[in-house]
Amino acid sequence: MFATVVPPAASDPLAVKVGVIHETHSRETISILDIPPVDDFIAGARMAMDDNNTTGRFLDQSFSVVDAKLAPGEDPLAPLKEMLADGVRFFIVDLPAAEVLAVADAARSSGALIFNAGAPDDRLREEDCRANVIHTAPTRSMLTDGLAQYLIWKQWRRWLLVVGSHQEDQLLAEAYRQSAKKFGAKIVNERVYQDTGGGRRSDSGSVQVQRQMPVFTQNAPDYDVLVAADENEVFAGYLPYRTWDPRPVVGSAGLRPVSWDPSHELWGAAQLQSRFQRLFKRGMNARDNQAWEAMRLIGDAVAHTKSADPKTIHDDILSPGFALGAFKGQALTVRDWNQQLRQPILLTDGRGTVSVSPQEGFLHQTSQLDTLGFDRPETKCKLH
Amino acid sequence: MQTSLKRLARYAGGLALLASLGALSGPAQALTAYITNEKGNSISVIDLDKLEVTRTVKTGQRPRGIALTKDDALMFVCLGDDDTIAVIDTKTLKEVGELPSGPDPEQLRLSPDGKLVFVANENDALLTAIDVATRKVVSEFPVGVEPEGVAVSPDGSIVVNTSETTSMAHLIDWKNKKSVANILVPPRPRYAEYTKDGSELWVSSEVGGTISVIDPVKHVITHTITFEVPGLAKELIQPVGIRFSADGKLGFVALGPANRVAVIDQATKKVIKYLLVGQRVWQLELTPEGKYLLSTNGVSNDVSVIDVAALKVIKSIPVGSFPWGVAISKQ
Repeated sequence: MFATVVPPAASDPLAVKVGVIHETHSRETISILDIPPVDDFIAGARMAMDDNNTTGRFLDQSFSVVDAKLAPGEDPLAPLKEMLADGVRFFIVDLPAAEVLAVADAARSSGALIFNAGAPDDRLREEDCRANVIHTAPTRSMLTDGLAQYLIWKQWRRWLLVVGSHQEDQLLAEAYRQSAKKFGAKIVNERVYQDTGGGRRSDSGSVQVQRQMPVFTQNAPDYDVLVAADENEVFAGYLPYRTWDPRPVVGSAGLRPVSWDPSHELWGAAQLQSRFQRLFKRGMNARDNQAWEAMRLIGDAVAHTKSADPKTIHDDILSPGFALGAFKGQALTVRDWNQQLRQPILLTDGRGTVSVSPQEGFLHQTSQLDTLGFDRPETKCKLH
Repeated sequence: MQTSLKRLARYAGGLALLASLGALSGPAQALTAYITNEKGNSISVIDLDKLEVTRTVKTGQRPRGIALTKDDALMFVCLGDDDTIAVIDTKTLKEVGELPSGPDPEQLRLSPDGKLVFVANENDALLTAIDVATRKVVSEFPVGVEPEGVAVSPDGSIVVNTSETTSMAHLIDWKNKKSVANILVPPRPRYAEYTKDGSELWVSSEVGGTISVIDPVKHVITHTITFEVPGLAKELIQPVGIRFSADGKLGFVALGPANRVAVIDQATKKVIKYLLVGQRVWQLELTPEGKYLLSTNGVSNDVSVIDVAALKVIKSIPVGSFPWGVAISKQ
């Protein structure tokens, strides 16, 4: 039908290949609704690829994705080396922090640019930052600051902090402690929930859970809100409606700080969600969105510069005029001191966006978004 | 039959003449503004003499873009959540039909001769032209991801569409169905408007926070207008609706959550003034002779009335919930 339509072509066709290296996430989730889909993460990159290709049609640019899906613990350097040998110079990764560093260091001599769209670890943006890594995933400190601002706004200043027994939970708990200090909340009591193993879902599991959770949360000093730090889905999902005292649950369950949620529809996000739904027959989750953002950063920079050179793309993304539209109410830009994507944090109950931080009244001299996470004066990152 | 119709038409013309003579001597005939309320699922009808709402009528779900036919007899209202465009009789304010818009229509624009209505079909990344008389799709043209704003050059030859995720202004020679240019602009281009003389095309970038002034012949951005409001975070400056004063000398830009309308000297591209209006200002429209400029303020549920000669906000009119679009009848 549109055979006669020939868009005015740019000088040379440009083909951009992007490697996506990602480890699958555990299927042990408290809710059946949260089991990672088979195309978790990669679906976000693929949709952004489509978006980039639609723009590319007018500029004679094309984008493709090379998918390397790894089992937990599988070595990401093998697919990395293969793709580097194939000439791939852009990588979007969802890997544990140590693997992100391994990939970044192994790719360094090739000049390739890595997008961390999975790991929330603050250390990757602070003491262990790398000059060839841009982060679209928000850090733990950005997430906890986003939630803390809202709790302060609600005047829920007394927190009962419940922490899981995994190392990630400890890091998350530390982020909550920092946020409490930063914004003036008080952690009135801290408890550790030990992961003793075992399946999350069993036939009559609810019977036990109904008895365990009240007991676990009883005898707490007076508190306003229970903050759960549980990145491995061990207990947080069991807390809402089951605490000894009738208190809201926030953090890893209840009201959760996230980069994205399938229920988010503000600021035109409904358009993105409906496109995603049409393509993948499911809602877009936070990991998909972080991969989408990384691929869109590449796409916009290639469109601006008409180049596929990683250094040129890197410079463009960090240039003062660069801004990514990502359906979060304002332009997203990259912090030049540690290459973290500035972004609002959505507070979701899984049914809709309850609020979006930064909250009104938390002010900053340059960008209100920099009230979330470690700010420039505090940074330990030295890019070189 | 033919003759009597003609006679009737002449008679009606005579009446119109009488009415306009009356307007010269007595008080001006009331102009009417129609405001779509995105959340209220309604249209507020404003009497522009009294500057107050005289009626509120229910619509389908999520009304946003609105346009009147050339004779003001009908209005077309984009109903995003009903996936259709309602055709509403302006006399009875009753729905009399619909236009085949495709899913989630948001903005629409009539051709200068009033025969076609252009609407972006977001799901298929197409720009669609619908014949006003037959209410059928007559042609389609592929554009970028999330097409939204539509403008038509004053001579009707070029149709412009902005695509939000692709961040381009697509210029299309509609008669020959030929892509003329695809111009990259800052992110999330939301709205496009030609200057009165057609010599410039202005495109607002909501996320980029700018107006790109495009030379529609050379297809290049000649100016980028930026905004700065003291004490206001840069991220809050999100330009959307654009209008030009009747004499073409002033450009008006709605700045979204900056709660202001910027007044720009079209010749120098300099911002002359920021007019404080209601919260989350979306769209703008001028009365036919350019006396008033109306702005729809989504969050504060009102419409600001700006006296164009004085460049002052003279009134805010409470309307329905989340006002978005505005159209003003010519009589």
